[in-house]
Amino acid sequence: MPETTTSDKQPLAAPPPLDVRRGQEERLLRAWKTPTGWRYWSAVNNSEVGLWYTAATFVFLLFGGALALLMRLQLATPGNDLLSAELYNQAFTVHGSVMMFLFAIPVFEAIAVMFLPQMLGARDLPFPRLSAFGFWAFLIGGLFLSGSIFVGAAPRGGWFMYPPLTSTYQPGIGPDIWLLGFSFIEVAAIAAAVEMIVGTLKCRPPGMRLNLMPLYAWYILVAAAMILFAFPPLIAGSLLLEVERAFKWPFFDPAGGGDPLLWQHLFWLFGHPEVYIIFLPSVALIAMIVPTFARTPIVGYTWVVLAAVGTGFLSFGLWVHHMFTTGLPGISLGLFSAASEAIAIPTGVQIFCFIATLAAGRMTRSVPMLFTFGSLVIFVLGGLTGVMVAIVPFDFQAHDTFFVVGHFHYVLIGGALFPIFAGCYYFFPLINGKALSERLGRIGFWLAFAGFNVAFLPMHLTGLRGMPRRVFTYPDDLGLNALNMTSTVGAFILAAGVAVIFWDLVRPKGGQPYARRNPWAAGTIEWLQEMPGKPWGIRSIPEIDSRYPLWDQPNFERDVDEGRFYLPDAEEEKRETIVTSVIDATPEECLRLPGPSFIPLYAAVATGGFFVFGTFHLWWLACASLVLATAIIMYWLWTGTAIIPEKPEKHVGLGLTLPLYRSGPNSVSWWAMCITMLAVLTAFISLVFAYFFFWTIHTDFPPDPTPGPDPFWPALGGGLALAAWALVMLARRRNRADDARSTYAALASASLLAGTSGAALIAGPWLANLDPQQHVYPATVWLLLIWSTGHLALGILMNAYCVARRLAGRMTADHDIDLANVGLYWHFCTLTTVITVAVVAGFPLVA
Amino acid sequence: MALLLAAQALAGGCEGIQSALAPAGREASRIAGLFWLMTVVALVVWIVVIALAVYYGRARPGRRSRMRDRLLIVGGGVVVPAITLTILLASSLAMLPAAVERAPAGSLLVAVTGEQWWWRVRYLPGDGREIVLANEVRLPAGEPVQFRLDSDNVIHSFWIPALAGKMDMIPGRTTHLTVRPTATGVFRGACAEYCGTSHALMAFYVEVMEKTAFERWLDGQAAPAVPMPAGPAARGRELFEATGCGACHTIRGTPAGGLIGPDLTHVGSRLSVGAGILPTSPDEFRRWIARTEHVKPGVHMPAFGMLPDADLDALAAYLAALK
Repeated sequence: MPETTTSDKQPLAAPPPLDVRRGQEERLLRAWKTPTGWRYWSAVNNSEVGLWYTAATFVFLLFGGALALLMRLQLATPGNDLLSAELYNQAFTVHGSVMMFLFAIPVFEAIAVMFLPQMLGARDLPFPRLSAFGFWAFLIGGLFLSGSIFVGAAPRGGWFMYPPLTSTYQPGIGPDIWLLGFSFIEVAAIAAAVEMIVGTLKCRPPGMRLNLMPLYAWYILVAAAMILFAFPPLIAGSLLLEVERAFKWPFFDPAGGGDPLLWQHLFWLFGHPEVYIIFLPSVALIAMIVPTFARTPIVGYTWVVLAAVGTGFLSFGLWVHHMFTTGLPGISLGLFSAASEAIAIPTGVQIFCFIATLAAGRMTRSVPMLFTFGSLVIFVLGGLTGVMVAIVPFDFQAHDTFFVVGHFHYVLIGGALFPIFAGCYYFFPLINGKALSERLGRIGFWLAFAGFNVAFLPMHLTGLRGMPRRVFTYPDDLGLNALNMTSTVGAFILAAGVAVIFWDLVRPKGGQPYARRNPWAAGTIEWLQEMPGKPWGIRSIPEIDSRYPLWDQPNFERDVDEGRFYLPDAEEEKRETIVTSVIDATPEECLRLPGPSFIPLYAAVATGGFFVFGTFHLWWLACASLVLATAIIMYWLWTGTAIIPEKPEKHVGLGLTLPLYRSGPNSVSWWAMCITMLAVLTAFISLVFAYFFFWTIHTDFPPDPTPGPDPFWPALGGGLALAAWALVMLARRRNRADDARSTYAALASASLLAGTSGAALIAGPWLANLDPQQHVYPATVWLLLIWSTGHLALGILMNAYCVARRLAGRMTADHDIDLANVGLYWHFCTLTTVITVAVVAGFPLVA
Repeated sequence: MALLLAAQALAGGCEGIQSALAPAGREASRIAGLFWLMTVVALVVWIVVIALAVYYGRARPGRRSRMRDRLLIVGGGVVVPAITLTILLASSLAMLPAAVERAPAGSLLVAVTGEQWWWRVRYLPGDGREIVLANEVRLPAGEPVQFRLDSDNVIHSFWIPALAGKMDMIPGRTTHLTVRPTATGVFRGACAEYCGTSHALMAFYVEVMEKTAFERWLDGQAAPAVPMPAGPAARGRELFEATGCGACHTIRGTPAGGLIGPDLTHVGSRLSVGAGILPTSPDEFRRWIARTEHVKPGVHMPAFGMLPDADLDALAAYLAALK
């Protein structure tokens, strides 16, 4: 039932005359022009970056798939020697890692970068250069990791990297490549998550309240929020493992009081939510496709949203089901088994909402729906075997066998790859205006679907017949030969299907006519796009009052095209989009977006240098890269952010005037800072978790009496940090009062106090001669204190930046985005320091 | 159901000796039963869901019915799964205490340590004896056996599918696994946690025997090595000592007392060479000694292929004679 539309209540003004509209279009086109020639690679627009990003992830998919085929060839017969043990072990490690970190997660971010703005009627995401930076970082890290297998130096510790195998037992650079390479990529993933969250919360079109948001955006919001809390534990774990490898701090070495299980906790605290981070954005595509082809709005919108959010929360409480065979107490096993079963319910709700939608409408057949059905058939089976392996006694048998290999390929290929292929066939016309081939789609589908089942269904039996995972060979007499040969044949049929689909994607389409506009007669606003699309994204930013505006809002396409809505013009030829409020999407700001630039590429190269040189333990070059990266990022911030506009506000159409600059919680950058710091805080909490984990497994942790530090030093450091924080807050107020001199004085003294605070924090273990190589207690204490000190150092840099901005006139009393964001940083920095002090100095007193 | 039983018979018909679906122990039997039950339920659920989707995908829309929406979403998505899962969870949790409980005091204790890539096995029958063996486990039928598992290197996982589930061996920790074999026979176990290059080649044979036969076997294993008759075997024994094999291996009753590698006192009586990967015969012993790295990539034992053929034959004869 369409709601009454605002356009009915207040009819839109008549469109401007044609010549005015042509002028508007020319100006928009100039503002959003994609650079040409070699400068094309400086583009930051979401349609460009999203396309590169998606293409790169697909190349990595092919690479991971090729490795899988090699593995299947090796396992085709018992005792085969096609691959050496070493190469096979590298192959499965790289296959798993590439598929997870270089395909499954980035592809969702890539697709979201490409289409989310259009679904939200925004001209771009709020931080286009951040997207570009994330893409380049991903590409550099991905090539580095994938390349390592060609020189035989690839990681071979499994994608799960369990120490001690990956610490003392693999001295080569393979594990370092994994730890540092993926940390780099995870940073890029968090950057993208920040972009997604701010994008969905703040860049929706006016009137698109949260409950009118396309389901895709909901799913992306949930998945991005999950990234914020799931990736930091892995980054923290990688930090611990890399420090153990490089400097012999014994976090996972029982000889020094460490414990290999700590890694498993941190890894699966990331690893299990990660499955849903992959799954939810793929279901999101189904949630867009099903209503279109059922010709009816989704049934149970609220149920789907609640189920997605519920899945997000529950997924953080399941990680121990990867550790059922580590000898944990029965009560833990029972609790985590129950939690793992419970997640089947929100998943079931989503599936039944789609079925109810089919029931409510009349389905038209299409290739996207074919892939959707294939996905359902495969994924439901994978979900059911998931219920089985979550049952503890059964998992005792199935764990680490081919049963599990079969199970999670059903989940991931059914729950992610098939929906992504469905999404390719559905959304492809939005990319260059050409449709994919119906015939090739059907051929590709049936090959992939049949091949997949032939390959992976037998694996369940293979596993129960005793074939463990990650074996490069198996004996002749265990009844595994026919099963393995079948799987290998199936894998090649699947590969043939994927090859057909890829050919369809890349085949030249020059002679093919453009698709009709809105070829599937969909209801959501990304289908407003002309064929082919214009670089500005959407001609004017509409007022939304329905979940399916193209179905429900009368004359919608005409009104958008004629520029009757917001921002139909780019008077100053600058890139602009509308920022709205979080819940109700009331317009708040006209946000100026940055244009093409090579800076994100340079910044990614320099940051990549830090991680790549670090891998080879070339510490001086690594430090030089870090300094260079910091300098480039400072230049980026200085020239490209918090720019004071030439006028305070502008008319955006429909009689609405919006400010061009807003600071504090009204600024998108403030939100980005807040969200980023939540991720950083989560990484820190993971380190604190390590401290208390050791407390639970050792009777003498912290040792009594402690070998140090003397509580005086951390307490002094904490007190000074609090004082520094108070001074930064004062600086903000003085700046608002346009008292430049006091602002400078407060920031300078805050920096001085913060420096002293850092010195006091370090003095504690230093003066007590705590040796971090000797035991895990001094190692953990040192790490927490260094972490806090690093925060304080960054805070000092930020204070200096604010002083410089004010001196240069780039920050004023009214235009204080920089200082507001730095103040927010100081909240988190101080909180981190206070927690560190409480743990390091306080806990030994009460433990 | 009949179809499923047929499938089960078919699947069971060609099971190997490492199969969780051909159980010969209490835990493995219970889990196999649970598996078949869950498989039936899962198939029913799967068929119903797919049938609903296909049906509604083809059906012409009737009147939009809120009743049907509710029934599908709340019934299919919440109520039915909640009930099914609760029953499943309750019945599986009821199995859990028995699955993780320790064997009663006085049961046979076997301590197994995971090595790269073999098994150090110590029998502690409770009479004060500690009998150090390697790469093979024999158990009395019908009695609970307590395994005590650890590792001093990387993480391994101890798994005899036909008898029970698996249990990890974690450096710095000790884990326990209780096994109750119900039928005699030869089975195979394997390492289930990826533990480095030759993870795939870390296995062992398990023989479940009648109690009296088991006790006879254990007494035999506790005894020092049998004396070698004159001939190649006796010469092999001399070579064993001269070549320095004793630096890593123990052969009780001889000067060889190394602790780094597996105990070889009765290696000729075992069902396999090289931790479950080669059959026991002089030829395979020879292959192992001469081409160790080829047989098991990454192995810590150096190959002795540089020895003259006659010496290799003598060493192999000696090891095969260590019954």
